[in-house]
Amino acid sequence: MTNENQTPEAQTPAVKPKSILAEIWGLLRRPTARWSLGAILIVGFSSGIMFWGGFNWAMEMTNTETFCISCHEMEANVYREYRGTIHDQNRSGVRATCPDCHVPKPWIYKIKRKIQASNEVLHKVLGTIDTREKFEAKRLQLAKNVWTSMKETDSRECRNCHTFSAFDLSRQQKRAQARHDEAMEEGKTCIDCHKGVAHKLPEGAFNAERELNETWNAVHRK
Amino acid sequence: MKHKIMAMAVALGLALGTVAGMGGAIAADVKALRDTPVNAADKAPDTYKVQDGVKHERAYRQQPPLVPHDTAKYEIDLKVNQCLRCHEWPYSDQEKAPKISDLHYLDRNGVRQDTVNGNRYFCTQCHVPQVDAKPLVENQFKPAVTGR
Repeated sequence: MTNENQTPEAQTPAVKPKSILAEIWGLLRRPTARWSLGAILIVGFSSGIMFWGGFNWAMEMTNTETFCISCHEMEANVYREYRGTIHDQNRSGVRATCPDCHVPKPWIYKIKRKIQASNEVLHKVLGTIDTREKFEAKRLQLAKNVWTSMKETDSRECRNCHTFSAFDLSRQQKRAQARHDEAMEEGKTCIDCHKGVAHKLPEGAFNAERELNETWNAVHRK
Repeated sequence: MKHKIMAMAVALGLALGTVAGMGGAIAADVKALRDTPVNAADKAPDTYKVQDGVKHERAYRQQPPLVPHDTAKYEIDLKVNQCLRCHEWPYSDQEKAPKISDLHYLDRNGVRQDTVNGNRYFCTQCHVPQVDAKPLVENQFKPAVTGR
């Protein structure tokens, strides 16, 4: 605190010294005398594009198969199981790689998932699943996490490609026809039946599935 | 001594070379039943679709029933057996799938157990799907009629 302004002859109300925040606020509010509005707009827009684009570009970098399997936890376990499945190799070579199923496409959900992923970075550092044994021990829990979130989002990531309303049941095999028809009527979601499509199932998968369905139905179907 | 070893090595090399050369000659002369020469790799077999939803009759009484759907993608290992997800009680009722016969629950002492016994666990050892492929060689096979 300075007391220059508090001399009795000044008689003006004491001016409080400005805090840093207030100074910044003042700087932002004060119109500039040096720069033209055009210059400010051009610089603003272009730096906006650069930062926003750069941010999204960097985020997309973490949204590739190469990035996912740069950790041995992913490469040695889930990726090797995924190799050769229908989503990896098929007649026409259309692929769904890790982020296609495990990262949402809509931006807001993608950001949410990416923030959640910081927890996964923590466990990477802690080495929670850095051996096959640790991974197998934790596998049921990890699988249940994915099944639950898939149920919550009505299998959003599956439906990016597999649009239920675009199914041509008449071109499916008899059993698939019947079951898909049933699923539509009952309002089921993809993950209800299609578990272990791209990865091996954990031990105790069927019991976990039953428990998950029971708790789910208790909450969502009354 | 050194010369002896050298001589033996040369003799061995010559002998092997002759045999290998003869091998090539023999391979060219041999008439095989398949189209490709005997020393060439087989060409990949044709692919057939698994017959889905087709009821297969048994060819003899003890024959394990054939599977009317594709099983290639099913996981059957120590942790999980995906066949059981539909064919074991209580799933068989829910999924309207044929129930596994009770014989599969007997252990090797003939005592009934509550889970499919280890010696009957690997379904596809006996139960296999069928493809719509014509026999490679004509034959007069007829199903057995015992008990009909």
